[in-house]
Amino acid sequence: MFRRPNLYTSYQAETQVLPTFTKKVIAIFAIVALFLMPFDVPIISGPTELPILRSIPLIGDGLPFFRFLGDAAWLRYMSDAMIVVVAALGLNILTGMAGQVSLGHAFFLGVGAYTGAFLGGHATDSVYGHGLPMWIWLPGAGVGAALVGIIVSPVAVRLRGLYLAIVTLGLVFLGIHMGNTDWGRKFAGDPSLGRSFPEMDLRVWKEETPLVSISEKGSWFGVEMSSNQKEFLFVAAVMLVFIFFAVNIKRTRTGRALQAIRDRDIAAEVMGVAEFKYKLVAFATSSFFAGVAGALYASHIGKMPAAQFNLILSIEFIAILLIGGAGTVAGTIMGSFFVILLPELVKDFSDWLSERAEGEGIVASVSEVILSGNQGDFGPISTATQTPNYPLNVFDLNLVLYGVLIIVFLIFEPLGLYGIWIKVRNYWKRWPFSY
Amino acid sequence: MSTSQSKRRISNGAAFMIAVFVPITIFLIVQLFSDPAVFLTTILKSLAMGSTYAIIALGFVLIFKATEVVNFSQGALAMIGALFISFLVADETIPIVPWWSEGNLVPIRNPIYDLGLPSWMAWGLSFIVALFFAALIGLFLERVAIRPMIGQPLFSVAVITLGLEISLRVLANDSAKLKLRNTNTPWSGKGFNIGDNFLYWSFFAAMIAAAISVVAVFLFYRSKLGIAMRAVARDQEAAMAQGIPIGRVFAIAWGAGAALAAVGGLFATEPPIKQTGAVDAETSLVAFRALPAVILGGLDSVQGAILGGLIVGSAEIFAGQYLSGYTSVLGAGYPLVIPYVVMIIGLIVKPYGLFGTEEIRRV
Repeated sequence: MFRRPNLYTSYQAETQVLPTFTKKVIAIFAIVALFLMPFDVPIISGPTELPILRSIPLIGDGLPFFRFLGDAAWLRYMSDAMIVVVAALGLNILTGMAGQVSLGHAFFLGVGAYTGAFLGGHATDSVYGHGLPMWIWLPGAGVGAALVGIIVSPVAVRLRGLYLAIVTLGLVFLGIHMGNTDWGRKFAGDPSLGRSFPEMDLRVWKEETPLVSISEKGSWFGVEMSSNQKEFLFVAAVMLVFIFFAVNIKRTRTGRALQAIRDRDIAAEVMGVAEFKYKLVAFATSSFFAGVAGALYASHIGKMPAAQFNLILSIEFIAILLIGGAGTVAGTIMGSFFVILLPELVKDFSDWLSERAEGEGIVASVSEVILSGNQGDFGPISTATQTPNYPLNVFDLNLVLYGVLIIVFLIFEPLGLYGIWIKVRNYWKRWPFSY
Repeated sequence: MSTSQSKRRISNGAAFMIAVFVPITIFLIVQLFSDPAVFLTTILKSLAMGSTYAIIALGFVLIFKATEVVNFSQGALAMIGALFISFLVADETIPIVPWWSEGNLVPIRNPIYDLGLPSWMAWGLSFIVALFFAALIGLFLERVAIRPMIGQPLFSVAVITLGLEISLRVLANDSAKLKLRNTNTPWSGKGFNIGDNFLYWSFFAAMIAAAISVVAVFLFYRSKLGIAMRAVARDQEAAMAQGIPIGRVFAIAWGAGAALAAVGGLFATEPPIKQTGAVDAETSLVAFRALPAVILGGLDSVQGAILGGLIVGSAEIFAGQYLSGYTSVLGAGYPLVIPYVVMIIGLIVKPYGLFGTEEIRRV
């Protein structure tokens, strides 16, 4: 450490966005790494040329967990995770900061997605769409979701704790049903196929060739880039804006009011915090985040039915918050990447294992034990995509893992990944002394 | 809050209730006289639906009253319970395909069916054994996931049950997918006609089961253990100081809750909820359909669970019967979301449900 990290000599110094020198360095490093990620990085992204490394059996042709850098499929997962960061930050404002438990975040994501599609999508015989440019539909999606949040909040403000959780759960079911009605299909498209969503292209108005094309490959600043790389960069920029917004909100009057409500609502009211107003603000802000994220997510996926915005998605967000560490921005970011990339890691890992299982040697036999190709094999991961029984296929295994992880984190590490990080940091702060 | 204010709110609520209920009552009376047979079957059907919801709602309330936590995993427990019933009464197989059997199901024979009892009695005995197993699952889950959380924030415990729900539901779904899991009730598929309308015996079975569950729960709360449970719900620390074993009380609440969920799960496979009589992925959703009943009645009230279940169940059935002309506007399958609409309207009027205890907040 360069100096005493907890010593602040002025209030201004303490409430900075990045209060310590270390944090500034980490932030800059993280941003640089983020924007380098979509490009090919020689050693890790493919089979190594170095003969010493090649001879090591496991990492000879790329580490299974680290070879994703620059890989097209992994770029898409990373973009997914970054969009989810935006949505999770929204839920963090509502649940982590203001203490209002919401199981309805998927509903607001859906509202955002279909508002975005209504404004920016292309009309067909069966669906609405106005083909407006992205600078309208992306904020418009957020505003639409925020308006719905404001409509819902008078009911929500009267309810407390689990009653609120269950009402917001009801919103999810109502939302999916609305997407199935005849008039809902005009927005959401076919219930099984979904509709196509607007593409992420920057236009001035409705002209043919976009000003900056993100959804098609081309060169930016003299570098040839695929659409995945461009989308990654754009989403990363959006995410950084929202992260800044989320960090900043904590330093403002609104942020302090929300935290006061979370800690003891009636005490906050006595101190002059207008409970109704600030809960409404929390709902609106959270839904705004969710709406923007929903529109981006739908646009990124391309085509999805309304039934995708279901309870599992809501629980996923709760899991992100709890695994990451509720109430903290850093924790929410870590949680999002962890929860979204975990299924892909499991899938990648099982693919990697099944490749190895073909060969010979100790790695192959270990892989064969872990995987089970035929029904009745003894192994926790099934390689068949549709198995009606145990062992579980990768998709089901992921859902079970979510549940187990939520339970394990809540029981053993209530502060989540953020708590683990704090412990590690404190250990090194005191090193080599134990206290 | 001053008295005059709270009085005014109640009268507002009453006015709202009158505004909602009077038109509905008039509409129903008109229907009664225009076609009595249809009306009668609808009433019986909605009573059956309400009873099923009430059974599941009772499970929620039992667990809530002891642990102050909404058990979101009730749906998964219902499905697991129904699966146990199915394993014992319908097909003599266990759901796991072990590695020695080369991909075939391993047959096991339920010994109760070899005793030479009449089939309905053997079914009943197996049913009780299945409930016992379901309760064991409840005890196990409580010990593993809930007991370590005593004293933690309630929200965390509720989220743990959400975690249980996802994991268990996937596991249960996978064991139900291998083959059709009938529950083979003695009354399955049978019934009689009133006019042109077919009535299933399962309607009456659900009502009887609900009545038995309600009586059992009421008697339970009068017993020493039930009183201990109420004391734990009121104040955990004070109950502990009085020498009440909180862990055991939690365990019993979860065991009983899981058994009730299993009964609910059984009726979730039968009409009026479903026609097939088999356990499948939809069985676990029944708890999410019963959740509005609990909330409407009030999370900590047994009467509330029954009344809430009946209101929500009848709203669903009556809306399905009499609003079917508006399907193009309301959308196909609209009866399934009617419980949630009723719940939201009810909560606008009474934020703690019909019979729920209002939380008194001290500064």
